Amino acid sequence: MVSLNTVAPAAASPRPGLSETGVAIDARVEKIYYGDFLAVRDSHVAVEKGQITGFIGPSGCGKSTVLRSLNRMNDLIPSFRLMGSVTFLGQDIYAKSVDPVVVRRHIGMVFQQPNPFSMSIYENVAFGLRLNRFKGDYDEKVETALRKAGLWNEVKDKLRQNGLALSGGQQQRLCIARAIATNPTVLLMDEPCSALDPIATRIIEELMLELKQEYSVAIVTHNMQQAMRVADKTAFFSVDISKGGRTGFLVEQGDTRQIFHDPREKLTKDYISGEFS
Amino acid sequence: MTVIEADMNRKPDVPSLDHSFSDPRALRNTIQTVLLWIVALLASVPLFSVLYMLITRGGARLGWEAITALPPAGLEMGGGFGNAIVGTVVMVGIGALISVPLGVLGGLLLGAIAPSSRMSDAVRFVAKVLTGFPSILAGVFVYAWLVLGMGTYSAFAGGVALAVRMIPTVMLTAEQAVRMVPQRMKDAAFGMGCTQTQVALRVTLPTAMPGVLTGVMLAVAGAAGESAPLLFTALFSNYWIGSLTEPTASLSILIYNFSGMPFPNQIELAWAASLVLVLIVLVFNILSRLIGARRV
Ligand SMILES: Nc1ncnc2c1ncn2[C@@H]1O[C@H](COP(=O)(O)OP(=O)(O)OP(=O)(O)O)[C@@H](O)[C@H]1O
Ligand SMILES: [Mg+2]
Repeated sequence: MVSLNTVAPAAASPRPGLSETGVAIDARVEKIYYGDFLAVRDSHVAVEKGQITGFIGPSGCGKSTVLRSLNRMNDLIPSFRLMGSVTFLGQDIYAKSVDPVVVRRHIGMVFQQPNPFSMSIYENVAFGLRLNRFKGDYDEKVETALRKAGLWNEVKDKLRQNGLALSGGQQQRLCIARAIATNPTVLLMDEPCSALDPIATRIIEELMLELKQEYSVAIVTHNMQQAMRVADKTAFFSVDISKGGRTGFLVEQGDTRQIFHDPREKLTKDYISGEFS
Repeated sequence: MTVIEADMNRKPDVPSLDHSFSDPRALRNTIQTVLLWIVALLASVPLFSVLYMLITRGGARLGWEAITALPPAGLEMGGGFGNAIVGTVVMVGIGALISVPLGVLGGLLLGAIAPSSRMSDAVRFVAKVLTGFPSILAGVFVYAWLVLGMGTYSAFAGGVALAVRMIPTVMLTAEQAVRMVPQRMKDAAFGMGCTQTQVALRVTLPTAMPGVLTGVMLAVAGAAGESAPLLFTALFSNYWIGSLTEPTASLSILIYNFSGMPFPNQIELAWAASLVLVLIVLVFNILSRLIGARRV
């Protein structure tokens, strides 16, 4: 079992817990508050090993909030409070002994806006390796990550160029390469294609399908077609505006086919038929 | 031909895109541009007349001897201000050695690590006050603290006094540069598993580096031209600098001393030294521009 309270993963060592199938992250959210504002309640979502889990739902229903709770990114927001538990390969990542910095090294993140560092393409990808004090062949690691991200052929002759000089779609693939260079166990993606054109979107979708061979992926998307194309499992969230609040909650989670073609809940059915009409 | 007539010659649904000087908007624009040019020219008259005087009067005397020889005594002919150039470089160097690490770390604290803490508010307030302080107070402060303490005027004390002047500039420009680093880059670093310190040192600071260096260059340019802080700290010397703990010459104090003397030779040298000083300041200003423009 992987330890979350000691050192970071050695980038070279095999990643823990991928041989079996099962649940990589199991989040039992009772309540998430921002200050006094109840943002999310009663949501039990699971990210399965070796699969892509899609998070869908109307704007403001807490998809990003839940996603960012899965690697403790929300800890950076002082008013954030979570009640419930989030387990990663069986360990509660909100336990007192856990170092959130280590959690984030196992559970990588790709953001809505491409956000490469203002440094060379090579250094962007090598960043996580250096952070983890990786001793070994950097060139090889960087090339492998760029190849997996489908960017190698486009950048192999300009690895010393600044990452910000790439196009938006290339930048997003660079961010994916950066995230997978250290071999995280899970990859969280918050609307990774929303700033991209349809062609770049297609490239990234194909990439995700490749990536799920090795990583467990959770992706927030506003695009129903995208969820249908890439997600194995889908979690549908909605907003409860009774009692004057705006509280997001999980309506149902299941196989993507089932959610889209045979939803158990009326809310899901209404949302999906609304989105496709 | 009036606008109306011109309009009739075209297909009615195609608007004219040509320049039209009779259009009130264009006219106002032209008048404003001309006015701005006049004001800009007027404002640069003093600047260019100073430059002109410096180049004609200082340039006449500027030569190898002037920048390598020691200052002449009383009625002696020839001589130069080589020791003052070295002294200025040494003391500005000491100032930079002290102010750059402190200023950059301070800027990082103010801009990235704890932007709204009480400590940052206090530090920022003090820095802003210090930039507006008469520079002679830096000299008096270091005089009371170091010169009296060490029992001698020294290059070290001069460097410290310059550092007092440089720290606020370095720190406040570094803060601005650090603040310009987009939050999403920092989020990316946190998402990779960086601690707060690692984010600041590995992402924020490198990204802000061009802006930080701009501030450093400006501070160096400013310090090279300072005279008041050196008056009570480094004093002056007619000899080459031998150690950091003895009175030391500087260009600005040499100019101050020599320009008041009744000897034409010294007055000429004061002009030449002024030209050298202006060139040094100019070079660092231009460097700061070049570095600042290299931003991504
Ligand atoms: N940092 C924050 N501070 C306070 N409230 C927040 C914060 N971030 C999100 N919220 C609130 O939490 C709720 C859920 O936001 P969240 O961003 O998770 O929604 P979302 O489902 O990702 O929406 P979208 O699809 O528009 O991205 C919203 O009501 C939002 O206003
Ligand atoms: Mg969102």
